[in-house]
Amino acid sequence: MDLKNADFTTIFNVASAQNKWLVDLHWFTLAICTIIFFVVAGLLIAIIAKFKTPENDDGSEPKQTRGNVRLEIIWTVIPLLIVTVLGVLTAIVMLIVNPAVGSKKPDLVVVGHQWWWEYQYPKYGVTTANELYLPLGKNSLIEVRSADVVHSFWVVAFGQKMDAIPGHPTNMWIHPTKKGLFLGTCSEYCGAQHGLMRIMANVVSQEEFDAWIKAQSVVPVPSNDPAVARGKEAFNSATCVQCHSIAGDAEAKAKIGPDLTHIAQRKTLGAGVLENTEDNLAKWMQNPQQFKPGCNMPNMRLTDEQAHDIAIYLESLK
Amino acid sequence: MTQGALERTHEPVNWLAAVPEYQGILSWLTSVDHKQLGILYIMSAFGFLVIGAFLGLTIRLQLMFPMAHVVSQDQYNQIFTMHGTTMIFFVGMPLLFGFAVYLTPLMIGARDMAFPRLNAFGYWVYIFGATMLFFSFLAGGGPAAGWFAYPPLSEKGYLFNSGQNYWALSLFVTGIGSVATGINLIVTILTMRAPGMTLKRVPLFVWMILMDGFLVVFSLPALNAALVMILFDRILNTKFFDATMGGSPLLWQHFFWFFGHPEVYILILPGWGAISEVIPVFSRKLLFGAGIMAASTVAITFLSFGVWVHHMFTTGLGFAPLYIFAVTSLLIAVPTGIKIWSWLATMWGGKLRFTVSMLHAMAFLIQFTIGGLSGVGFAVIPLDWQLTDSYFVVAHFHYVLVGGMLFSLISGVYYWYPKATGRLMSETLGLWQFWLFVIGFNGTFFVMHILGILGMPRRVWTYPLGMPGWAELNFFSSCCSFILVGSILLFIYNVIWSFYHGKIAGPNPWNAWTLEWLADSPPIAENFERVPVVRSRRPLWDLQFGSGGDGEDNHA
Repeated sequence: MDLKNADFTTIFNVASAQNKWLVDLHWFTLAICTIIFFVVAGLLIAIIAKFKTPENDDGSEPKQTRGNVRLEIIWTVIPLLIVTVLGVLTAIVMLIVNPAVGSKKPDLVVVGHQWWWEYQYPKYGVTTANELYLPLGKNSLIEVRSADVVHSFWVVAFGQKMDAIPGHPTNMWIHPTKKGLFLGTCSEYCGAQHGLMRIMANVVSQEEFDAWIKAQSVVPVPSNDPAVARGKEAFNSATCVQCHSIAGDAEAKAKIGPDLTHIAQRKTLGAGVLENTEDNLAKWMQNPQQFKPGCNMPNMRLTDEQAHDIAIYLESLK
Repeated sequence: MTQGALERTHEPVNWLAAVPEYQGILSWLTSVDHKQLGILYIMSAFGFLVIGAFLGLTIRLQLMFPMAHVVSQDQYNQIFTMHGTTMIFFVGMPLLFGFAVYLTPLMIGARDMAFPRLNAFGYWVYIFGATMLFFSFLAGGGPAAGWFAYPPLSEKGYLFNSGQNYWALSLFVTGIGSVATGINLIVTILTMRAPGMTLKRVPLFVWMILMDGFLVVFSLPALNAALVMILFDRILNTKFFDATMGGSPLLWQHFFWFFGHPEVYILILPGWGAISEVIPVFSRKLLFGAGIMAASTVAITFLSFGVWVHHMFTTGLGFAPLYIFAVTSLLIAVPTGIKIWSWLATMWGGKLRFTVSMLHAMAFLIQFTIGGLSGVGFAVIPLDWQLTDSYFVVAHFHYVLVGGMLFSLISGVYYWYPKATGRLMSETLGLWQFWLFVIGFNGTFFVMHILGILGMPRRVWTYPLGMPGWAELNFFSSCCSFILVGSILLFIYNVIWSFYHGKIAGPNPWNAWTLEWLADSPPIAENFERVPVVRSRRPLWDLQFGSGGDGEDNHA
């Protein structure tokens, strides 16, 4: 996958209003921890330098001390004050970053599957997979669900991650503040392909987002190319339709695998393992296990010709 | 009164291999002697440490280069599951029990544990359970759900080979042994102390083991209950964790971490105990603030049962339930900090002797502080939202469990090895091992903090080309992991070499103060000819200087 266009992924690359708070809190905590560390390390070094037994030691025992109540109170009370400050800041940032949802409806529903992501935009009736679009400058409420095992949705530059737990929908807010492509990976271990369950989040302007939604809402019309017709025929007669759905194709209605309605608009295949080209798509269909061992799509045992036709058909679904 | 004044009825034997009662393999296989069982525990733990280290090395080899294919994803998942499970249950726990059952009776002046047969039961059940889990590889594949085995992934619908069944059964069996040994330790410490040894006068190590016993007895049953539920789900088709049938995957997470968080303290407490003996002896000073040290251990024991949800901060439980656990998790940093300051203050004004044991203890202080401080970061929930399940958390718990637990217990091995075997470990080999250990450990794990900050999730089989910094840092970490494993092998070599070639130690090579140093090295079968009346935390100091001498804690 070509990651050249992706923004540098670190938690300090702030791409959401929420992550700004997280990062500020992070620097503050890091500063405190660094100071404490250097106090401890400095004391240890001083002790080593100062209290090493000298060469000409007389073998006498050093002065014995049992403790010092004042010192002990100091090193109990100061840490208590520090954790109190951290505790108060924790509450403040938590409430700012994730305010109560109340009866608000989600803008985006993320569903984790083994090993790909489904994205539903309930307000527009749009469903897509693996490549996510969010409008810049709007606080989006995201609901995270799971279709099978526990996953975790984490786009690094957005800051917060949220687990996808079966039977326990969770919520978080993301307010993107920077345009671009931001990367993530499933971050709760979920089985064979956990490491290749990638997230590609595109933050675009409101206009671009509206245009994208509009394009997604159109039912694609396959062209009159005979190869396309052959491909559609092959797609519908092979077992593809038992897992995938394509709007406008009466036979493809299943919801097990990714929705393929506008697959030609996506940049990657297999949750980011391959670039989306006709060639790659044909190869993928002939042996998905080669690219993503353990994934739930079986080898379809297609001939080269069938695979080629289906790839032409799918790539016509713009 | 000095040691020599005690009458002897035995001829002293100054080498473990020469002890008449320990001749022949059968004497070890059938033993109920706490010393033999303690040595067996520790030797077994070292055996599994080598296995676990090579599993870890395989992980590092796979991650050395982006998109590498050293092992398959399926193998990789089994390997990291077994690495974690082995290190926690078959290295950490038996090290704890080995140190505890070997030292506790000696330190409190008892002849043996309260229930010697139960002690043997605990050990053999552990060996049986561990063997059973490794047998799963021959029986169709190992477990692959990670060491905390979250359902539904650990249910048979997603992992249908028998490895996961073996995993649950094996931990269940070892868990029963652990609870038995926990009870045994509590009873021994509460009822079998030498005359005059009040609970205020037990060595800090024994105090930590007492708290550890309570932690084991109250936390392991939660794991055992959860293991039975997952076994029922997998074998009898029950639906405890199946959300589609009214069960709850979150239920497992609560049960597991109710055990899992105290488990961290179960593993680290003996290490703290060892440090609390090693640092005073090699500083020639009393442990600073022993009372508050003991009290802070009690505080940690209680608090550790109230922090488990900090492993679940990203499960969307809502503000109030999460925040309560953030507060308890932050609070536990205070008693932990007290310990660090007390150890530093113990060294202040002393006459330091930089033995290999002491060097490990000082490295522990630094590394455990790093692990503790990154732990504070995880208690601050918004930071946990960023960093949990990333390589930052991998760095954090290796700093606690390797930089903390393993360093302190290896310090303990150098310290008590002469007591157990009669010979000192080689300080020359030890110095090499120490520096390789420090370089290898910090090199392997420190960069993982940065990898987490760069967004690398944990437990990934590989990572794409072109992620900034990932390839370089992973390569560096993998290179250092060879040094780390090398240092562990060198340590094992030192243990074996010194057994045959080490200097004869005598009863008290470090000029230490606790009762075990009154016994012969190795101790006779009944430990002591005669136990003196204990008047302070340092009975041997009192024997040397007499009451009213330099022993200011005579009335403690």
